[in-house]
Amino acid sequence: MKRQNRYGLFMSIPMYIFTLVFVLAPLCYMVLLSFLTRAEVWGVVNEITLENYQNIFTPVYIKTFYESLKLACICMVFIILVGYPFGYFMARLSAPWKKRVSMLLMIPFWTSALIRMYGWIIIFRSNGILDKFLMGLGITKQPLKLLYTYPAVVVGMVYALVPFMIFSVYSSAEKMDWSYVEAARDLGASPIKAFFTVTFPLTIPGLMSGIVLTFVPSMGLFFIADILGGNKVVLVGNLIQEQLMKARNWPFAAALSVTLMLLTSVIIWIYRKVAKVKDLEGFY
Amino acid sequence: MKKIRFSNFYIGLILVIMYLPILLIVVYSFNESKISSVWGGFSLKWYEMLKTDRAMHEAIGNSLLLGVLSCSAAAVIGTLGAVGMSRIKLRTKGMVEYISMLPIMVPEIILGMVFMTFFALIGLPFGMATLVIAHTAFCIPYVYMMVKARLAGMDISLIEAARDLGASPWRAFFDITLPLIFPAVLSGMLLAFAMSLDDVVISIFVTGAETNTLPVKIYTQMKTGVTPEINALCTIMLVVTLTIVGISGIVNKKSKVGKLRNEENYEK
Repeated sequence: MKRQNRYGLFMSIPMYIFTLVFVLAPLCYMVLLSFLTRAEVWGVVNEITLENYQNIFTPVYIKTFYESLKLACICMVFIILVGYPFGYFMARLSAPWKKRVSMLLMIPFWTSALIRMYGWIIIFRSNGILDKFLMGLGITKQPLKLLYTYPAVVVGMVYALVPFMIFSVYSSAEKMDWSYVEAARDLGASPIKAFFTVTFPLTIPGLMSGIVLTFVPSMGLFFIADILGGNKVVLVGNLIQEQLMKARNWPFAAALSVTLMLLTSVIIWIYRKVAKVKDLEGFY
Repeated sequence: MKKIRFSNFYIGLILVIMYLPILLIVVYSFNESKISSVWGGFSLKWYEMLKTDRAMHEAIGNSLLLGVLSCSAAAVIGTLGAVGMSRIKLRTKGMVEYISMLPIMVPEIILGMVFMTFFALIGLPFGMATLVIAHTAFCIPYVYMMVKARLAGMDISLIEAARDLGASPWRAFFDITLPLIFPAVLSGMLLAFAMSLDDVVISIFVTGAETNTLPVKIYTQMKTGVTPEINALCTIMLVVTLTIVGISGIVNKKSKVGKLRNEENYEK
């Protein structure tokens, strides 16, 4: 038994070393960095300060966090509106179709998000597909010039994140016992009433985990705002990138990242407290 | 009856919208005209142009090298880790497992900046080496999770039998464990390779001035302007990624079928 143990230990060594050196250490360094002072020209000075965190509370940056949260909330509404019915309908399909549809959902998920966003550029460009289509139908007279606007970013975000919501809702609707709904219907409830008193409460866990799964990444998806929003939409992610690459203020970028991570952990923590579940439903 | 029809219509509609951007890229990559909203007839000229683009070739080469190196490293570390950690009872085990999964859980931009500042701290020059380390970090979880799931379904008594019959632990690993978990290793590796090939955000932060990977190049070009050449490139990338993911899925499925068959034989 002891030998088995030693042998297992030996095999785990590379994973232990890699994880500690290249994952844990860099993460710890980021936290440390967020308390250091920026050097005047290049790099950092080893002086502990809280200035980086104080900087976040200046109105400009508070506004960025507020904008990110606002965008995340707006996207959330659309993600729920699109994703919930889809997941619900999907759970009612026959078994072979369930498989086919989930396969069809997974395929775009595996392709590069960058490429999918590029497809939206083709659609949104002024005089692009969408403009041609709408003007052809006579709905609009002029090109809408949707690219590099707020709605374009919302569409991109919703598009990238909605599969998470669909799978979460689907997995909880799938597990649901449909005989409850039948019972409600037999007892005289209208389809709508049956949905709101039986189905909806039973799928709330799926909805909640979908919200967490999409809310957290939507704070960090900087390249969607970058590609589809031009420079008009600045999110926390964009701010981090800018501070890192252009302003070269690494400690501040680190402080922003730590704050973002804390914010997302708080959201997940609240979710777990409220929903009293350990694992997020659906994807994992 | 009418209701079911509406739900099917809705699912179909959303799926069409989901595929629309991807489809458009593919269609317009064969467009003769340079303006993407005008159809000028079928043409392969953008693919021809790619053939002669030197910088593009270099980027493709870099991406492939990076993908192979990081998914191989992840395969070795992740497989050994999954097998080893299934046998030890250290108190730190759960923590290490959790930390090793972080690279696919924290937002990409944070991971990118974490690596960038860390590499600058230890003085590693930005380039292929930094790219490989960063990519290995987010490739390990894919291999690890696949192998761990496979190990959970494996019959431990096979290894015990080999050990009882006098095989050394290493012999038992190479003769029994590895062949049994190999499909999982392979399918995790392929997934990791596809993820590495597609990654933009982390690569942007850890790449050097001279090493361009394909997605980074596409990203910078996309920001400066749209050319039909990118359509062609994206189409190639789509085909490559989907082929790899497809193979990975088939390998994983086959291994499950094989497993079932073995169990049937065993019962006889």
